[in-house]
Amino acid sequence: MLDFIARRLVAIIPVLAVVAVFVFLMLRLTPGDPAAVIAGDNATSDQIADIRAKLGLNEPLWTQFAIWIGNVLQGNFGESFFFKKTVAELIAQRIEPTVALSVCTLLFAVAVSVPIGVLAAYRQGSVFDRVVMGFSVLGFSVPGFVIGYCLIYVFAIELGWLPVQGYVRIEVNFWQFLERMILPSLTLSVGFIALIARITRASVLEVLNEDYIRTARAKGLSNRVVLMRHALRNAAVPILTVIGLGIAILIGGAVVTESVFGLPGLGRLTVEAVLSRDFPTIQTVILMFSVVYVVINLLIDISYTVFDPRIRY
Amino acid sequence: MTSSASPSPSPTLPRQTGEVARSAGGGPVLEVRNLTVSLPKGADRTNAVEKVSFTVNRGEIVCLVGESGSGKSVIAFTVMGLLAKALKPTGGEILLEGENVLAADETRLRDLRCTRMSMIFQEPMTALNPVMTCGEQIDEVLSTHTNLDANARKAKILGILARVKLPEPERIYHSYPHQLSGGQRQRIMIAMALVLDPVLLIADEPTTALDVTTQAEILKLIAELQESQGTGVLFITHDFGVVAEIAHRVAVLRWGELVEMGPTEQILARPGQGYTKMLISSVPSIHPQHRGERKNAITVLRTQKLGKTYTGHGFFQKARVVKAAVDVDLDIRKGETLGIVGESGSGKSTVARCIARLIDPSEGKVFLGDTEIATMPAGKLRPHRKRVQIVFQDPYRSMNPRITVGDFITEGPMNFGLGRGEALARARRLMETVRLDPNALDRYPHQFSGGQRQRICIARALAMEPELLIADEAVSALDVSVQKQVLELLDEIRQRLNLAVLFITHDLRVAAQICDFVAVMSKGRVVEYGPAEQVFGAPRDNYTKALFAAAPGRHWEFGKFAAA
Amino acid sequence: MTVATEDVVDSASIAAASTKRRSLWLVALHNPNVIIGGAILLVMVAIAALAPFLGTIDPTRIDPAARNKKPGTEITMRMDDGTTVKREAIMGTDSLGRDVYSRVLYGARVSLAVGVSVALIAIAAGIVIGLIAGYIRWADGFIMRIMDGLMAIPGILLAIALVSIWRAGLVTVIFAIVVPDVPRVVRLVRSIVLTVREEPYVEGAISVGTPTWILMFRHILPNTIAPLIVQGTFIAAAAILVEAALSFLGIGIPPEIPSWGNIMAEGRTLFRVFPHNIFYPGIFLAFTVLAINIMGDGLRDTLDPKMSKKV
Repeated sequence: MLDFIARRLVAIIPVLAVVAVFVFLMLRLTPGDPAAVIAGDNATSDQIADIRAKLGLNEPLWTQFAIWIGNVLQGNFGESFFFKKTVAELIAQRIEPTVALSVCTLLFAVAVSVPIGVLAAYRQGSVFDRVVMGFSVLGFSVPGFVIGYCLIYVFAIELGWLPVQGYVRIEVNFWQFLERMILPSLTLSVGFIALIARITRASVLEVLNEDYIRTARAKGLSNRVVLMRHALRNAAVPILTVIGLGIAILIGGAVVTESVFGLPGLGRLTVEAVLSRDFPTIQTVILMFSVVYVVINLLIDISYTVFDPRIRY
Repeated sequence: MTSSASPSPSPTLPRQTGEVARSAGGGPVLEVRNLTVSLPKGADRTNAVEKVSFTVNRGEIVCLVGESGSGKSVIAFTVMGLLAKALKPTGGEILLEGENVLAADETRLRDLRCTRMSMIFQEPMTALNPVMTCGEQIDEVLSTHTNLDANARKAKILGILARVKLPEPERIYHSYPHQLSGGQRQRIMIAMALVLDPVLLIADEPTTALDVTTQAEILKLIAELQESQGTGVLFITHDFGVVAEIAHRVAVLRWGELVEMGPTEQILARPGQGYTKMLISSVPSIHPQHRGERKNAITVLRTQKLGKTYTGHGFFQKARVVKAAVDVDLDIRKGETLGIVGESGSGKSTVARCIARLIDPSEGKVFLGDTEIATMPAGKLRPHRKRVQIVFQDPYRSMNPRITVGDFITEGPMNFGLGRGEALARARRLMETVRLDPNALDRYPHQFSGGQRQRICIARALAMEPELLIADEAVSALDVSVQKQVLELLDEIRQRLNLAVLFITHDLRVAAQICDFVAVMSKGRVVEYGPAEQVFGAPRDNYTKALFAAAPGRHWEFGKFAAA
Repeated sequence: MTVATEDVVDSASIAAASTKRRSLWLVALHNPNVIIGGAILLVMVAIAALAPFLGTIDPTRIDPAARNKKPGTEITMRMDDGTTVKREAIMGTDSLGRDVYSRVLYGARVSLAVGVSVALIAIAAGIVIGLIAGYIRWADGFIMRIMDGLMAIPGILLAIALVSIWRAGLVTVIFAIVVPDVPRVVRLVRSIVLTVREEPYVEGAISVGTPTWILMFRHILPNTIAPLIVQGTFIAAAAILVEAALSFLGIGIPPEIPSWGNIMAEGRTLFRVFPHNIFYPGIFLAFTVLAINIMGDGLRDTLDPKMSKKV
């Protein structure tokens, strides 16, 4: 068990190293002087010289990398010249809507998609199964922002039930917060639900073909017990895996969804940073999202041990 | 009936006497009458099972025996009501203690399962739920079918675990399936099946996936338990050794139809039907025949302290070291067959693959003639590759499905510079050698049966004009009648071409028939090595003795009947 | 309950089924999903190819007099030579007075080009890298660590990062979408290579002295074709969506090029009043991607049944 966790922990080190190197090299790959790129379009030559000194741009590349990674590990992500703040402050300011949106979406999507997927597998070939499969293909195919605008059009503009855009902090007013979370979460959920429902159905179907399911039926157990006690628990590992991998979709979707609904989160920040070529911010956001993604998947890997005793080596 | 009497007169079967005594006491537990099960449209025949009738009496073991496609498993699953949706019982009835289970609804069937009829399966490795402890899985049976409280259930489970002779029932109760061996898992399955004393036990090839020593133990256990409880057993198998070991009565199936049925002794010694005669004649004898000696022939292959070690990595544990083969010394002369026999994990295939240099040996030497190839770098190895050819176990995966038989056979010779025309001519000759139509060279593998594919693989190996032919379990996946033909072919080719053959098998009967010399392997080491007659006739090593003692039906000499 | 105990059908019927093995491609062409998806896709391809002949005008033509018109409005166009022509704007106009119908039809070209080129480039790169990783042991660890690292960056973010490096343009956008897809193809190819290498027929070929490169092309690579075609369709579908998302966010293809994402990006500000700017391209986009996905499902079920168990 400890051995397993240690292995997983060690395994993510090279992954994160590659991410760090990529993020570091990003800036060097842009045409032009990195210091000038960081300082932005309106910088004075003094500012540029200052940045050059700070980043050690006159040093060899690996020294620059060492300086950079040293700073990052101390939580010093540099300064955004466009927003006139340190990147750390900027992110702290923008993180809440993104976390709120992701958590709402994740909870809603998992709560809906897993039961749907199980039921579709259980009734393979039925009308319900076909409808679920049909919707899941549709869910993959309609882009998030189109879904978002459709929802806004119907529920906010035509029906007027919910606000169109905007964000209210959870500590300011919970109900207003919730009201403004419904449409974005729904939007972001669609693709996620499609993905998890599909994989749930496929995993359960695969498990239902296993020999031990036949054994369970030969014991005279009811279909419900066979499904819930024997099939679902065995299907849990692939389902969890896909939920973990789906976090990437969630993060990508958040960028788009926040733009549609005017949520001042990290996704929106990313787009603003790219549009203003604010590299310290872009680098940090990418690094941060990647770390979050890797760590969540690490936790999921470790959680397999709860579901499958064979993984405890 | 022209039964060319078997060399040694048939000894009495141990099961025979008991059967007479017990069948007097019990009426039929299971009666199958005119059962027909239809196959889905597009299959090669309309019915998987056609008008089959037989009975199983209380306290009796009935073997359903047949080759693949005979429909024997279909019958078992029909009785349990576990048939795949595509298959439908369309006629007849199945009476379990007089109740027609074909007419029973799903609820009634569920009530019957594990209480009055139980089933155990072929693959103990996959038949248990990997994420539940063995105790929980047996407990489910009790909590579903009885009103016992938790303590009573636990006591009953520990009781049955002890009865199936599992050590430390308390520990086993809390173990997950992956922590147990194959034999132990099959015992768990048997415990689960018999915990509520059903009147009928269906065993679908329950020992086929097990090693021969484990198989013997499981067969003994099933016989003991059914004897003490008076359970009727429907035992499905393809192995006549097992039939001779365990059955009171035998039903022979072919293409879904019942060929004949009768007491074991009668069917084995005096089969009435041509098909049964052919099947029984195909069973290789466990006693090797005397074969000519080739003391003066030149040595083709010699291994010296050959070894293969696998190392795994661990973080907190020590690195795991698996010695798959240790200090293996073998030699084979021209025109000679050396068999390596052993159970799974004994290292016999590792040795074969090291010799063929499909894997690199860790220690020792392999001399091919005078050339040492164990440490030869891959680049220099190529000219020597043609000298050793290998035929694998699985006829379905041994051929690239996208390539015609002609291309398959000519690939090797053309790699070594033979022109296409010459290579094709050679392929045609070889197709005749392996008794296949030379005009079939432009066909694809899927158009051939398993036995035919194995012949094609032999032809391909021969096309390289090798000095050594390795057959790695080459007949293990084949039905017994096909197996016999391929074995005869191999032996004939060996004789004609004066070829050295390394024959890897787990099947003692096959080894006894084809080998001049036998090496018995266990845990990576050769524990006994000598002429086949000597090893089989008077084994010296304890493991070898135990192995031979476990061979099912070893007391029975299967007769050779002239085809009717 | 649909627990199939398939193994009960003895191997005879399985053998019988396999003797009827038709060419997989023919089977695929008879799959209803492939037919339906393929048909819709063909229509889209036709629209893209024939865009100039379907009553469109120059999709980049700005007409200040005809700004923000609802669908169905009749517009008077002043031509360069001073004459005026009346035409109906079926899908309305945008805030620069450009004809949305023309832009949507021409937009099909951009989307399909992005989908096809991303799929082809990603697969080509994936095959090469995957074969190297699957065949050369010392390169494997190094390559796969890099691929793992790239896969750790959520796809759209990686594309955004790459776009931000090179500044927007059709080629850079395509390349930015390709990069996150490559590791997935590499993994697929590598896993097939590693599995097939263990097959007895490959070991057999090794023991008859078949040189490595023939082994690769004759015995190993053909096994990757079916899965890669399936994977390719899904990559194309996803690429079209990513391009649309990037353009929609204003960080994709330059805004003057008519792509569906750009049309929608243009329509964002006035969405409450003129939703057609988002809905029409949205419908075309969704239909195209849907068609590719449906076709991909059908291809997967027929060409690569093993993979249909994963996602």
